[in-house]
Amino acid sequence: MTVLLRIAGPAAALAAGALALFAVSAASAAVEVRKVVSPSGIVAWLVEDRSNPIVSVSFGFRAGGSYDPPGKEGLAELASILLDEGAGPMDALAFQKRLEKLSIRLNFEVGRDRFRGTLRTLSRNRDAAFETIGLALSRPRFDADAVERMRAGLLSAYLRNSRRPRYLARRTFWSSAYPGHPYGRPVAGTDKSLGAISRADLQRFVADNFTRDNLFVGVVGDVTPARLAVLLDKAFGGLPAQQKARPVPAAAPKLPGGVSVRQFDTPQSVVMFGQPGLPRRHPDYYAAYVLNHILGGGGFTSRLYLEIREKRGLAYSVYSYLWPMRRTALMLGGVATQNARVAESVAIVRAEWARMAETGPSAEELAAAKKFLTGSYPLRFSSSPQIADMLVGLQFEGLEPDYFAERNGLIERVTLADVRRVAGSLLKPDRLTFFIVGKPAGL
Amino acid sequence: MGTSDGRPAARPVRERMQENAVFGRKMARRMPMPGLGPALAALLLICVAAASGGPAAAQEPQRRGLFDAETFTLNNGLRGVVIVNRRAPVALHMLWYRAGAIDEPAGKSGIAHFLEHLLFKGTKTLKSGEFSRIVAANGGRENAFTSWDYTGYYQFVAKDRLARMMEIEADRMANLVLSEEDVRQERQVILEERRSRIEGRPSSILWEQARRALYLNHRYGRPIIGWMHEMEQLSRRDALDFYKKHYGPNNAVLVVAGDVDPAEVRRLAEKYYGPVARAKPPPRRKLLEPPQRAERRVIYRDARVRRPSFGRMYFAPGYNSRGAEHADALQVLARLLGASSTSLLYRSLVVRRKLATAAGADYSATRRGPSDFYVYASPRPGAGIEALEKAVDAELDKVLKHGVSAEDVEAAKQQLQDMAIFARDSLRSGAHAVAAALIAGRTVRDVEQWPARIGAVTVDRVNAAARYVLQRRKSVTALLLPDRSGETRKAEVQKQ
Repeated sequence: MTVLLRIAGPAAALAAGALALFAVSAASAAVEVRKVVSPSGIVAWLVEDRSNPIVSVSFGFRAGGSYDPPGKEGLAELASILLDEGAGPMDALAFQKRLEKLSIRLNFEVGRDRFRGTLRTLSRNRDAAFETIGLALSRPRFDADAVERMRAGLLSAYLRNSRRPRYLARRTFWSSAYPGHPYGRPVAGTDKSLGAISRADLQRFVADNFTRDNLFVGVVGDVTPARLAVLLDKAFGGLPAQQKARPVPAAAPKLPGGVSVRQFDTPQSVVMFGQPGLPRRHPDYYAAYVLNHILGGGGFTSRLYLEIREKRGLAYSVYSYLWPMRRTALMLGGVATQNARVAESVAIVRAEWARMAETGPSAEELAAAKKFLTGSYPLRFSSSPQIADMLVGLQFEGLEPDYFAERNGLIERVTLADVRRVAGSLLKPDRLTFFIVGKPAGL
Repeated sequence: MGTSDGRPAARPVRERMQENAVFGRKMARRMPMPGLGPALAALLLICVAAASGGPAAAQEPQRRGLFDAETFTLNNGLRGVVIVNRRAPVALHMLWYRAGAIDEPAGKSGIAHFLEHLLFKGTKTLKSGEFSRIVAANGGRENAFTSWDYTGYYQFVAKDRLARMMEIEADRMANLVLSEEDVRQERQVILEERRSRIEGRPSSILWEQARRALYLNHRYGRPIIGWMHEMEQLSRRDALDFYKKHYGPNNAVLVVAGDVDPAEVRRLAEKYYGPVARAKPPPRRKLLEPPQRAERRVIYRDARVRRPSFGRMYFAPGYNSRGAEHADALQVLARLLGASSTSLLYRSLVVRRKLATAAGADYSATRRGPSDFYVYASPRPGAGIEALEKAVDAELDKVLKHGVSAEDVEAAKQQLQDMAIFARDSLRSGAHAVAAALIAGRTVRDVEQWPARIGAVTVDRVNAAARYVLQRRKSVTALLLPDRSGETRKAEVQKQ
């Protein structure tokens, strides 16, 4: 059943399924987002959908790897894989058995700025599912044997990663771009930092960050607003009121241009490149988003894809993307090419960056990009978990549910003059900095 | 098989994801998607399910089955499947060919996958690359995939674009045009793909060798992407030969899932695919494995490896090979042995004995031919790989000697059946499961009876399946080890 995909699409490429949407056609029903408030004041965004006996929940806190104390990198990560390893009266095995018996899927994942949880349950186990969220968030046990088991897993992953070109390229990038800043530190920790994390650190992380003022919840599926209001308190009612941890300071990436090479004995060099980006709420964000799509965005049509893969066969995958974070903003990209020819790939990325900065896209390119970006938007509403994730994403950014209806208009209103202006101001070919891991010839 | 190399995935290692919350998209997966892993492979199968009387039917009596797939066959032999899901005005359009790596001629490994890439070049009426520009201009997402058993293409679009997608997909079924330049360029791409997927990953190199050792006669042992030295020689002629031999309506399965009307899909299929002439049916040779008599060991050492790992692949039946009567029980066995952190292997090796950071098992039955059953484990830092292998064997021996518990069997069956309900949430799960089943010579009915068959699996059948498959003489043990010879040399130099 193993398969090879032709190229990388976004994660959702193959996903399908779907809910009704805004902004598709008049015939389609709209996604109706409702704000539900629990008796104790917890707010969640709900899309009620009875087509399957399933409920999907996504929730998040502003907390993550950048909140790890210096020397304890990996703390948020370790916490995230321990929350379902014993909570309340149940030890790890009992907790996991309960999840399995009830077919409840509960997962946590950590980024630099965000701590996310997802839950999927059958309607028949809905109440128990929300209770398990409550146990995991409010009463995690952090039993010694579970902590040691998960610490060993992360340590093993770190050791494995430390010989992987892709990991090494990313690590070099972050530590170079954000020296002395929490963004520069490894979210998944190192052998040293993982060893330094104590049970008290884990408990403090949870107590300081999993708080009601710092919580965002999205729910999709087979649950009424009235029922959800009650369930929200079961899941989140036990959390303390206020976050104690403070966000990291704002930071501009240190990306002076040039190429840094880390020698590594492997046949193909992995290249990561980046320059400063734009904050999510910047007035030019949509122009930049469209611009990036034309330069190196998804699908098989971007300039980088055509020049590097379609014309020259230099890579299987080449891409760029905007990454607006909470306290910084980046525009990043990547490519991997055999050592002998990687210098060529680097030169083309640079040349395309400069060409776009100088003249911007053509009217045809802009029209094609808008057609794709607006036409494919409905596809993102393709499954309950995906929609629940989007509900939380909007809340993190301070946007309202009507964003779903407005989003395509925001793309449509981007003019050629806008994209050309933003191409000139955003793209900085001389600050585009390359980080290479491999044995590149001629670099 | 975790990736194209067939390596299993380890549980506690969670991949970092970068998020672009505004657009609701995980950005970190913008690298080529890894091959669908074993878990997913199992899931795809599992996803389909539909017996009336199951938990799903109990809650929604109006449904006849889980996906209520409707089928038709055109005069030219094209089989069609429609899965209606009206929750959004979108449609997933997939065309699968019963042609994959096992159909490749000797010396031409990788040609099925190479042809998949080349299908995005031109046709008699479309210029090279125009296909993808049309899909993008229609707001569509697209991709393609190759396995041992099949090659598949898909577009995911707003439902009113379905006809256009059929039109261009039918066009490239019959009218592919390749230039020497297209082929030269795209060959460089697949070589880079091999460097990314295999050469740059020691575990992929190991599993490529291990698969080759497992299958004594069958072509499931060859790498889907191909051997580097043969890939370098693949020509335009090779691609067109494979295309002519295997691409045609009578060797394909069309699946449309989404907010569509089955009669309308059939009408569109008649219109666009109907005129495509039948291809000469490709030969249906069935390769059989000789008795597997000797236990094999494959050991790969690489300087890039810092964490060793242990895996074992047992030759196992699929739904279409000798021993198929064990296929359902083997899915229950894989589930209870190693699908989660409550499984036997995880509990014993990771939790109790603290020898491993990850341990599990995996199996998929939907194959045109025989299959394989995996167990794997990664040692905890400080624990030896030899001790770990012994512990895995001790656990498997216990299963063989004392059998599995009724409690574990019931729990595993329940989990498998519940997964079928979750599968309804996505168009892809149903489409993929039905297509893979039809390609493997199964019927939609087989797929829909899956939950009932899983429900009928007994403790005795799981034990019989375990005894049938878990025999060392039918297995390859694969070890990934660090190569310290370079370091040793360095240390010796420093000593002097």
